[in-house]
Amino acid sequence: MSEVKSILLVGVGGQGTILVSKLLTAGLIKAGYDVKMSEVHGMAQRGGSVSTQVRFGEKVYSPIIGRGQADIMVAFEKMEAVRYAEFLKPGATAVINDYEIVPMSVATGAMDYPQGTIEAMKQEFNVISLNAGQIAQELGNPRCMNVVLFGAMVRALGMDHIDWEEVLRENLKPSILDINLKAFNAYK
Amino acid sequence: MKHLMSGNEAAARGAYEAGLKVGAAYPGTPSTEIFEELPKYKGELYCEWAPNEKVAAEVAYGASIAGVRSLTAMKHVGVNVAADPIFTAAYNGVGGGFVIVSGDDPSMHSSQNEQDNRYYARAAKLACVEPSDSQECKDFMKYAYDISEKFDVPVLFRMTTRVCHSKSLVEFGEREEHQPPEYKRNAAKFVSTPANAYRNHAKLEANLRLLEEYANTCPLNRVEMNGTKIGVVTASIAYQYAKEAFPEDTSFLKLGLTNPMPMELVKDFASKVDKLYVIEELEPFMEEQIKAAGIECVGKDLIGNMYELNPELVKSRVFGEQTEFRNVPVQAVPRPPALCPGCPHRGLFYVLSKKKDYVICGDIGCYTLGASAPLSAMDSCVCMGGGFSVAQGMSKAFEMMGDTKHKIFGVLGDSTFFHSGMTGAAEIIYNNGSVIPVVLDNSITGMTGQQDNPGSGETLMGDPAPVLRIEDILRAYGYENIFIVDPRDLAAVQKAVDDALASEAPAAIITRRPCLLLKKVKQEIGLCKVDTDKCRSCRSCLKVGCPAVFFKDGKATIDATLCIGCTVCAQVCPFDAIERV
Repeated sequence: MSEVKSILLVGVGGQGTILVSKLLTAGLIKAGYDVKMSEVHGMAQRGGSVSTQVRFGEKVYSPIIGRGQADIMVAFEKMEAVRYAEFLKPGATAVINDYEIVPMSVATGAMDYPQGTIEAMKQEFNVISLNAGQIAQELGNPRCMNVVLFGAMVRALGMDHIDWEEVLRENLKPSILDINLKAFNAYK
Repeated sequence: MKHLMSGNEAAARGAYEAGLKVGAAYPGTPSTEIFEELPKYKGELYCEWAPNEKVAAEVAYGASIAGVRSLTAMKHVGVNVAADPIFTAAYNGVGGGFVIVSGDDPSMHSSQNEQDNRYYARAAKLACVEPSDSQECKDFMKYAYDISEKFDVPVLFRMTTRVCHSKSLVEFGEREEHQPPEYKRNAAKFVSTPANAYRNHAKLEANLRLLEEYANTCPLNRVEMNGTKIGVVTASIAYQYAKEAFPEDTSFLKLGLTNPMPMELVKDFASKVDKLYVIEELEPFMEEQIKAAGIECVGKDLIGNMYELNPELVKSRVFGEQTEFRNVPVQAVPRPPALCPGCPHRGLFYVLSKKKDYVICGDIGCYTLGASAPLSAMDSCVCMGGGFSVAQGMSKAFEMMGDTKHKIFGVLGDSTFFHSGMTGAAEIIYNNGSVIPVVLDNSITGMTGQQDNPGSGETLMGDPAPVLRIEDILRAYGYENIFIVDPRDLAAVQKAVDDALASEAPAAIITRRPCLLLKKVKQEIGLCKVDTDKCRSCRSCLKVGCPAVFFKDGKATIDATLCIGCTVCAQVCPFDAIERV
């Protein structure tokens, strides 16, 4: 089978994973790949744990992957990285946002937010951790945190043959383009 | 040019290209976006949201009787609601092509069960078409209409969550216009009296035999011969998983028309391979029929009949080959979905959660999340519209047991009220029930992503519509005391609950405030803040179950990026430590 690459985006409902998968797939299609993408709708979106899978190659069959199949993960929230770790190939790259969203079980004091998530991921995977929230804040718009992560991911995946800035220009409204171009290039 | 589309978008495009004229649906994950796509083609077709799936199927079938190509779509459990007209539509046959989309949900991503609706195709005697990616969703939809008209049967277009919501590349075609002949009454066909049904049943069986012959040669069912050692019979999304899990020299019989099963084709394929596997998600729908035809095959013994599959699961279950993976030594805590910050449903559930002798029969919608901790304010949730009637049954049981301690509430939303909650409200009045029906009116169908309903004032095509007033309906039924409150005002909610329970005459409660995600209503967004000097760490604010409120360094804290300033947490703080700023 020709090589198919699998990207796993994980986070919390409402964090903007949808925009990232849209930009990602737009670039991959432009580059001539067959692309499949899978996301969840409905109940799970209400602040729950969400995952989006993007797969590309010469010919892609399944839109989803199982354990040990992802080439790269982007975790928009650090505990979510741990939750989906088993889907990564051993030694694969994980881009992790050093950012915490407290689930209800922790907020009510019933459970504790796990400590040492990023360190634990480092034991098994090639981890790139960044505080995308802070980077976005410094750029002047906390909402472009997702595009900061997106930039970090495409560089980690070595997809420089695609003109991602052009993809951003083609898919974003002019009013938010400049800040997102800066966000895209913020983490190198 | 190819377009990256979800299966739902592609199915809508396929229906459009097939010349669809009239459609009706009720939203339900994973099928909702099909009908959200269709208004794009306004002018060439008409479509609407119906109050429930039964009504939607009837509307679409009516259009078929009139002669045009028609469509209905629903989630898998919606087909249970629509089953009545669907079974009889099969006997009668169609005028214009009639396609029923069933969105099945293996693994229950957003559902209360994972029933396999291919069995509906067998039970109701429908053709069953199963696409396995977005291009097939579009292309097979056209075939579905041709099959429906050629063989005079409704078609069950069965999709699953991963077919509906995964995106892949689609090439468009042109729309075909179908000009139906002038309408003529055909009572023998469409009036299902016993005598007509008697004849129609024989006609249906004959048509199904012809359809099975067609299935053996039709382009929806195809053979991919790559070798003679292993053969796989598969359909739907399982085909994609099997293609990755099996070795390259595996041959495939990939079925797109799965009812009636093309048994001659299966026999022929089976004779060409040494070992035959049947790879299908959920129930052994194909496998049992293949085995009944005397063909040896392996399937569910290895694959299992629960939850969705993926390539890795198929590989490990069929070949025992474990893909290498790593777990890390830190465990994630669960992150289940929760009512949004500022959700209007929170106020009611908080008030009801305070009394241990309240029994709360819930329903399907965002408000099912009222069952989650810390609110934990729900005793049952069965199906759409069941909230009131299940409550009635419980209250009658308590009466028979001599239990006067428990107070019973039936709780459902505005869309659910119109869906099938109205009949439960009538039931309570008619049978002298003691249930307090509560409608959580947020002016929209929330969970599925903001679809209009008879109470929201707009149609699917974007035209203004009359607003059906829930209080007027309840009053007409005989509810004399109707308490309408803003659920954000906890004291008002408490008073409405107390007054309703004290009322001699039949009483009902409506909590009314639009969903925060509703874009057409401008809502004032604010922010609540904790005065840490006043906070005594009593944790009362955590009991409202708001994702924006949590404890940090022993004090209450509010996440400013999530809070919208609804003040429910402030109202429960005994020390006035939370204020809207």
